[in-house]
Order: sequence, then structure tokens, then C-alpha cells
Amino acid sequence: MADNKYLVGVFDDEDEVLHAVGEVRHSGVKIHEVYTPFAIHGLDRALGYDRPRMGIAAFLFGITGTCCVLLLTFWTMGIDWPINVGGKNFFPWPTNVPILFEGTVLLASFGMSFTFFVLEGMGPTAKPIIFDVRSTDDKFVMAIDLSKNKLSEAEITDILKDSGASEVNVKEV
Amino acid sequence: MAHNTHEIPSTEERFEFTSESKSKLLIAAALGVVLVALGAFLLNKGWSIGVWESHGAGHGAAAGHEGGHAAAAAHGGGEHHGATLINRIIANIWMNSVYFLGISVVGMFFIAYNYVAKAGWPVTMKRVSEAFPSFIIVPGIILIILFAIPSTRHMIFHWTHHGIMEKGSENYDKIIATKSWYLNMPFFTIRLLAYVGVWYYLWTLIRKYSIAEEQEGGVEYYYKSRNVSKIFLLFFAVTSSTSAWDLSMSIDTHWFSTMFGWYHLASWHVAGLAAIMYAVLILKDKGYLRAVNESHLHDLGKLIFGFSIFWTYVWFAQYLLIFYANLPEETIYFRERFTGHDGRYWWPFHINFVLNFFFPFLILMARDSKRRPTFLKLGCGSILVGHWFDFYQMHMPGIAKDQGGIGIIEWGTTLTFASLFIYFVGTQLSKANLYPKKHPFLEESLHHDI
Repeated sequence: MADNKYLVGVFDDEDEVLHAVGEVRHSGVKIHEVYTPFAIHGLDRALGYDRPRMGIAAFLFGITGTCCVLLLTFWTMGIDWPINVGGKNFFPWPTNVPILFEGTVLLASFGMSFTFFVLEGMGPTAKPIIFDVRSTDDKFVMAIDLSKNKLSEAEITDILKDSGASEVNVKEV
Repeated sequence: MAHNTHEIPSTEERFEFTSESKSKLLIAAALGVVLVALGAFLLNKGWSIGVWESHGAGHGAAAGHEGGHAAAAAHGGGEHHGATLINRIIANIWMNSVYFLGISVVGMFFIAYNYVAKAGWPVTMKRVSEAFPSFIIVPGIILIILFAIPSTRHMIFHWTHHGIMEKGSENYDKIIATKSWYLNMPFFTIRLLAYVGVWYYLWTLIRKYSIAEEQEGGVEYYYKSRNVSKIFLLFFAVTSSTSAWDLSMSIDTHWFSTMFGWYHLASWHVAGLAAIMYAVLILKDKGYLRAVNESHLHDLGKLIFGFSIFWTYVWFAQYLLIFYANLPEETIYFRERFTGHDGRYWWPFHINFVLNFFFPFLILMARDSKRRPTFLKLGCGSILVGHWFDFYQMHMPGIAKDQGGIGIIEWGTTLTFASLFIYFVGTQLSKANLYPKKHPFLEESLHHDI
């Protein structure tokens, strides 16, 4: 293995890591990813991430669900096997609302979950890189891919130390 | 690094309720009364300006509309069953009272559930919603007066007619008689007084603690307010439903729906939240509430968006169940609104869906539109108007019957109520700093950022 070398800055506090992200990026270092035990408000903005476009996926999956279910109910109730229920129309619109809603929500949520798993490379066989196990406990970890940065290892280490990292480790993957 | 370095404005802000705007509001309130009189005069002369208004007053036969009421109306005798113009005016006053009572009490509801949830973000807007319940007293007293006067009481509530629950009386109605354990004069009076009295009293406590907290600081008043909030929520959990049955559902005495309490509360709640949002936006336009940032608006917008959908869910679920079961004694309610009284309530009923769900849903769905005052005003305005129509179609068919319409009388009554409401809210706002300066969560709210 060992084809990629990462610098791992460990921070003690969420405010520190939030400030450090800005400082590190300001000095021209590209950050691979930041790992935290809990969600930090504003971290995605500090990292310069685009707004998530999951909503578009949700809409597309949702509208697919609506159409599929509408086709199903229309075909079964209206065409293939119309049943007289209490003298109502064969295809009354109010009865379709709950199932249309359910179908929309079902496909939207499943679609979003699968989209997320695929995009993030998550799955039963995925082998995630653990930069520092303490990032699931009480440390805030910033990983920097050295191969994607022009600055040298020593320079980046200094930048990380200056921005408040309590320790800087090297991780080869 | 804009995310946590945004400037925190000063928390010293005082709303100035100028005597000019005070007099403008009072003139508007008086103008509303004049409009009602003018509208009534014109209609009496046979001139109709509004829509869905009837030409020519009081053809009594139409009062004997479909279903259960027919028998009672036919036996009316000396009772006043045929609807007149007075019915319409009383219906308007009753309807607007219920609507504004709801908006006022939701100010308290909002504070209470935020206290109990230990929510920090709405603290910058707390004083705005805190000002709302001061108005409870006005619609509350109007409701009590309308119920206390026998003639208006009979106009609004079919079940208060003489002898309707006495076996052997010519007005006897078996279905209504079985409800006498709940719908009787003493119990109803107690309930009505309890709603207005307890809601208002609990608000005065919250208000008192809020003012005292600003003088003395500390967390003592925070805990006291939270206890009052718990009591309020427990009380409101029951009374929000019972008040819905009493103030709105018992107008159509024969009919009942087990979902009505929620439906009514959902309508009140989303209208109240929209009113809070509107008040915040107007104050911001005038240069106040600078500490209320986009994130606060976004969160409140989410609540409005969510509860607009919740209202639609309950509104539709109630309809769907009745549609499915197709029981005549239940479908009569919608029958009356779809085709009853020459179909004059078809539009007010259906406009509900557009103004309260479809339009706000599209407007408030996107993240950015919940952060922009223009879109919020559009969405919240639609909700406020829409829920006015919601209460209109709940009350009018039962009280105004074939005399209902949308015209000068409706505009006038609503103008009076709205002006008085703004007057009361403005007065309360000007009495204290616009932020609860020593609220323990104020700092969190000032830095609210999503």
C-alpha cells in the first residue's frame, strides 16, 4: 500500500478546528477532510463545500414514485379490475392521495439513501480510512493529502501547529 | 470565515409606538365599524357589492336546508330560524373573534413549547410572540358577550334553543338532547370563562417573569417561566380541543368529527406562527430587531412550512374519512359547504387548499425563500388570509346560512379586529426592551447560525 501520505492534525475543541479550517485554507493548503465526533455548524461552509444537491435527487426519485403509484392505482382500479365501493366512482381522487404520498416518500427516501451510499462509497465491503480513532470520541481530526499539496510536509506541519493543532501525525495509507 | 464573525447588534432596542400610528390604528378600527354599518345598509337596500352575496334578504324557506336541521327549522315557530343580515354580522364578529383569539393564544403556545423544549434560538423573537396574548382579552370578552345575550346565542348555537333538549317539547331534538351532558348552559359558560381567563392569566405570569428577569437577571425566572409553560401546555392540550368543539364545531350541532380539535388547533397554530413571522418582518423593515438574522427567519419559516402541511394533512384526513365512510350524518357537513345555500360556500371552502397549502408549499419549499423577507411575506400573507377563509367556512354556513357572502361587512369586521390586534401588540412591545436582555439563552440565540 503506502501510496498515499496524509498529515493528520488533531484538535481538542470544535471552535479551534472551525477556526483552523479557515486559517489552513487561507495559507493555501488543500484539506482532504475533517472528522468530528458530532456535527459542527458552519464547518461545511468553512471547508468551502457546495450546497448539497440531494434535494434534486429527492425530487426526481419522489416524482418517479408519484408517477409509478398513480400508474398502479389507475391501472388496477380504473381499467383492469374496477370495483364498486359504496357507489363511488371507480377512480375517485381522494382515495389516491394517501398512497400517492406514501409512494412519493418511500421512493424519495430510499433513493436518497442509495444515492448517498453510492456517492460516499459506503457499503458492506467498503474499507474506510481511520485517520485517528479518537475522532469518534473527543478529538477533532483534520486530514491533509500531501500528494495533492505543493507545500512540503514540514511547512504544513507548522501551519497546523500554528492554527492550534495539539498534535500532528503522519498516516500512510 | 463569515460564519462566526458576523456582527452581533446591540440588544438595547426599544420599540416606539408613536401616537400617530396609534391614532391611525384607532381610526382604522372605527372605519371598520363604519364599513360594517355601510355594508349592512347597502345590502338592506338590495345593493350588493361583494361576491356570493344574496340579492333580496331573508327567504326563510332556504333556512330549512338539508338533513337534520330541516325538522327543527320547520318546527321553528317563534324561534328565529331564518337567517337575516344580523346573522351575517354576528357570524362575522364570532368568526373573527375565534380567529384572532387563536392567533393571540398561539403567541403563548409558541413561548410555552419553546421553554419546555429548552429551545434557545427563538429568544430574540420572544418579546414579539410575548406581546400577542395580550389581545386574548378582547376576542375573549366579545365571545362571552355574544354568548351571554340570548338572541345572539340562539343565532350562533342551534343547541341553545328553548326546549330543544326537553322531551315532549315541540322543539325536541333527540340527537341534540343526547349531547346535553356536554352542551349545556352552565358547563359551556364555565368552559368559555376558563379558556379566556386561564390562558390570559398564565400569560400575565409569563409576562411578569419576563419583565422581572430583565430587572434582576439570574435563572430563577427562567425556571418559573418553564413551570408556567408546563402548566399552560397541559391545560392547552385539553382546552385547544374542547375550545374547538365549543367555539366552532357545536355551531353545526348534529355533526361531529373526532379530528376537529386537531384541525382547529392546526389552523390556529400555523396562522399564529405566520402572524409572528409577519410581525418580526415588519419590525425589521422599520429598523428594529436587527439581531434577528436569516437563520432565525429560516427556522421559523421551517415551522410555518411544516405546520402548513400538518394543517393540510388534518384537513384532508378529516375529509377523506368522511368521504370513505359516506355516512349521511357526517357528509352533511361537506354537502352544506359544497352545494348548500345555493353553493355560496363552495369557493371559501376550496380556496383553503390553494391559500393554505398549495401556494405556501411552493413558495416556502426552497431554503433560500425561507431566508428572504419577500418570499416569507408572500407565503405568510397567503397563510393568514387562507386561515381567515378556513374559519369563515367553519362558522358561516351554520350561522349566516343563506345570507353569507364576502363583502364590505367582512372587510370591515376584519379591519376592526386586525387594527385592534396591532394596537394591543404594539402597546405591549413598546412597554419593554425588544429583546429579553437577561434571558439565559439570549447569547445562544444571538449567535444562531444554520
